[in-house]
Amino acid sequence: MDMTITQENVKNDLIEIIKSYLSEEIVVSEISEDNHLINDLKINSAHIVDIVLDIEDKFGILIDDDAIGEMNTVQDSIDMVLKKAA
Amino acid sequence: MSDYSDIISFLPYKDPFHFVNELIELNDNQVVGRYRIKKNEYYFEGHFPGDPIVPGAILGEIMAQIGLVCLGLHLSKPEERAYVMPVFTSMSVDFLSFAKPDDLLTVYSEKIYFRFGKLKCRVSCKKENDIEVANGSMSGIIINKTDRIEK
Repeated sequence: MDMTITQENVKNDLIEIIKSYLSEEIVVSEISEDNHLINDLKINSAHIVDIVLDIEDKFGILIDDDAIGEMNTVQDSIDMVLKKAA
Repeated sequence: MSDYSDIISFLPYKDPFHFVNELIELNDNQVVGRYRIKKNEYYFEGHFPGDPIVPGAILGEIMAQIGLVCLGLHLSKPEERAYVMPVFTSMSVDFLSFAKPDDLLTVYSEKIYFRFGKLKCRVSCKKENDIEVANGSMSGIIINKTDRIEK
């Protein structure tokens, strides 16, 4: 089994996590890297915390208080995982 | 004991929307507090005429004031407590039994997490004889009154 953490598999895992916090108007297959979690994907800001906690569990990483402020778009979040899991 | 009444003094609520009489236990992981339903709570006039029952929304509020806000105040920095504005962000609660005038409610709340300023707890509310009135999970954030953003 390939355990390498790549942009593509982080993105897939991330979308899997984000899915349960999306409203019905958002089409999962249309989510792109440059989508802003709050502005584009309409995720309630209080749920960003739940998403970050899910990300921590999924990837076995710890995201500190300052880092959460950098996770604005899908790509920002992928970058954070790639950086912390490196 | 003095720390508990100190925490209550920082609650931003006033009568008729102040639902904490006393805290029995309070530490970094949990809080236990009580509120006795008054015979003349303002909402009994309409809920229901001649048949007073505490509305589920009010039970949720009582559970949140004790379970989230008191614990949240305890977890905040002492110098920031005077500026606290609690924001209720979600709850998933089952209502199991009625609460009526003069019922003494005891709320038990256990922290699930407190991260990035968001507190999520498992909360249970019981009346006398250990009868559970409601239970579930709820979460909220605390913002500084001076940073309040209208949205």
